[in-house]
Amino acid sequence: MTPAAAALPRKVFDGFGYSVRSVSGFAEPKSAAEIAGWFQFAKENGLTVAMRGSGRSYGDAAMNGGGLVLDTRGMRRVLSWDPTTGIADVEPGVTIEDLWRNFLKDGYWPAVVPGTMFPTLGGIASMNVHGKNCFKVGPWGDHILDGELVAPDGNTYRVSREENADLFRAAIGGFGMLGAWSRLRIKLKRVHSGRLRVKAHYCRDLKEQFAWFEEATKTADYCVSWVDCIAGGSGLGRGQPHSAVYLSEGEDKGPNLDPAAQDLPGSILGVPRGLVGTILGKLNHNLGMRLLNVGKNLASRFGSRAAFLQGHVAFNFLLDYVPTYRDAYRPHGFVQYQPFVPRDAAPEVFANILRLTQARGVPSYLGVMKRHRPDEFLLSHGLDGYSLALDFPVTPANRAVLWKTLHEVSDMVCEAGGRFYPAKDAVLRPDHLQRSLGQERLARFATLRDMVDPDRILRTELAARLGLSV
Amino acid sequence: MSGFRTAAVIGASVGIGAELVKQLVASGVVVAAVARRLPELEALQAACGGPDKVKIYVHDVKQFDEAPAVFDRLVAELGGLDCLIYNAGVMPRIEESEYNFAKDREMIEVNLLGAMAWFNPAAAFMEARRAGTLVGISSVAGDRGRRGNPAYHTSKAALTTYLEALRNRLFRYGVHVVTVKPGPVRTAMTEGLKLPLMIDADDAARGTLALARAGTGQGYVPVAWRPIMLAIQHVPSVLFRRTNI
Repeated sequence: MTPAAAALPRKVFDGFGYSVRSVSGFAEPKSAAEIAGWFQFAKENGLTVAMRGSGRSYGDAAMNGGGLVLDTRGMRRVLSWDPTTGIADVEPGVTIEDLWRNFLKDGYWPAVVPGTMFPTLGGIASMNVHGKNCFKVGPWGDHILDGELVAPDGNTYRVSREENADLFRAAIGGFGMLGAWSRLRIKLKRVHSGRLRVKAHYCRDLKEQFAWFEEATKTADYCVSWVDCIAGGSGLGRGQPHSAVYLSEGEDKGPNLDPAAQDLPGSILGVPRGLVGTILGKLNHNLGMRLLNVGKNLASRFGSRAAFLQGHVAFNFLLDYVPTYRDAYRPHGFVQYQPFVPRDAAPEVFANILRLTQARGVPSYLGVMKRHRPDEFLLSHGLDGYSLALDFPVTPANRAVLWKTLHEVSDMVCEAGGRFYPAKDAVLRPDHLQRSLGQERLARFATLRDMVDPDRILRTELAARLGLSV
Repeated sequence: MSGFRTAAVIGASVGIGAELVKQLVASGVVVAAVARRLPELEALQAACGGPDKVKIYVHDVKQFDEAPAVFDRLVAELGGLDCLIYNAGVMPRIEESEYNFAKDREMIEVNLLGAMAWFNPAAAFMEARRAGTLVGISSVAGDRGRRGNPAYHTSKAALTTYLEALRNRLFRYGVHVVTVKPGPVRTAMTEGLKLPLMIDADDAARGTLALARAGTGQGYVPVAWRPIMLAIQHVPSVLFRRTNI
């Protein structure tokens, strides 16, 4: 690194889970040309570059300690919007929130949304984010029509299913290792209401959870289940699933496409949202979380089963309800870990994951189960099966055990032919990625890297940890 | 908080800086000594037991853009950094009725901007590690704008405020920021001046390290300056302007 590179403004970046942290140089490009300029600067000054949006990845996906981080949130324009087709041309800093705030009034909702509305489209495309409707509409990549990648080789590549198709399918979900998105053309979902018809259910164990998913996914548009990961024995994997369907035209009589009507309530169970994190913090230990999970279990077991109408925002953005929830895990933070397991193997593997984490004294404080389908992308985590997203608190005392346990879990997932969700990862080893995706896919990825980034300018801590930045 | 394993002293070749290096080495700390002049650095290194004890870096604190690269290098070579002391400072004489921008600028650059150029990368490094101690050698001179040398007083007042803000910024990340306010010290900077409560550089260094190891917010060296400066700070401006303080 040259003195000029060292003299860049610096920033301490962390993962959204607070468990990883590093110092990087940073800059805020406002255009594709400025991104290209930074790639050139990096090349001349011996720097590596990572792209970063809202920083909502739990782990090190958008970090690059000792290198340069380019924050693209300043590239936040909607370049064009066609309300007859639902097709938008956007810059990479545009967020999910921008999409619904701009387009719901025209009757469009993002086809896929994660559990928070703050991620940028650039990050979403690079990690191929999925949502609670993945079993039906696939991940975000399925709704990207084309895009432009500014690459460190000095070229800008137009990519789509017709043009540079290999690059398109590899850059979506490509960890940001094949260039920086400078624009994306996306297709939104036509909706006739700002609300969904939601139904809650209760499952006494993991077996009932799978049975519910197999049935509910036949008709619902969204399916997701909360899993109590602390209960053992006959209650192993118990929890509360929710399904939701879009409303058809004319079904909702209210002023239903008004974005202002979507805003989240100010309190949860009478507690102001801003305080929820503090209260959770007091319960943030194995015993407290056991109580919380028992309480939630009772509430869902005896709560109402009647279908109700709920806004898209309230249904989808559970995490945004409690903007301070992650503070409960301070100061050492938490990791989120999400394995994907083929349908037939999932019941046994998930049960083993719950048993192993409980036996090791590192139970997950929050488990979320979803159904998935395969997709066309090179480094895809998608498969015909299930995923189980797990939150684990990190403390100096449990760190070694937690990592060891999750590596064993990862071995189990690999043996079952499963995959992992890198957008959230903080713990995987390179061999897990190699075993889950196969050498052939990784070799094709490396070939594309040779083309667009021959000097290996692009690097994130996640990609480096998993052996993808070489 | 006495457990520094590594430290860096910026402005290390003579005066308080050289004493800081010697005393740190004597207590088993591996020190990076940063200064403008190589011969003085080499002499200091030799006096302290060689390159295993003291690593030397030639750097002019007015070359602000070079500071981060030197910082990165010394952290890599020390294998970490527990404490950074910014000691560089100048005080050119300003005669009665002299108004000299070149001298004013020199003081702001060395005493203030150089400190910022060094504290920025060090603060980021320590914030990410959630540990460390940053020490700035300010001065009693920063407590009041006295008639003798407006820019010097300004540079130290600004440094004191900057350090306070940095302390408030880093407190929640477990990083200590210590402001040291020595009174007059017998060094080249004060040569020929007759000043009250003068101490030697080794005493100033000892006082500085005691504050640094305690992680104290700010402190006077010697402590006798505390009541004196408290009184001076409270002299009304209409009276203060009539004095020769």
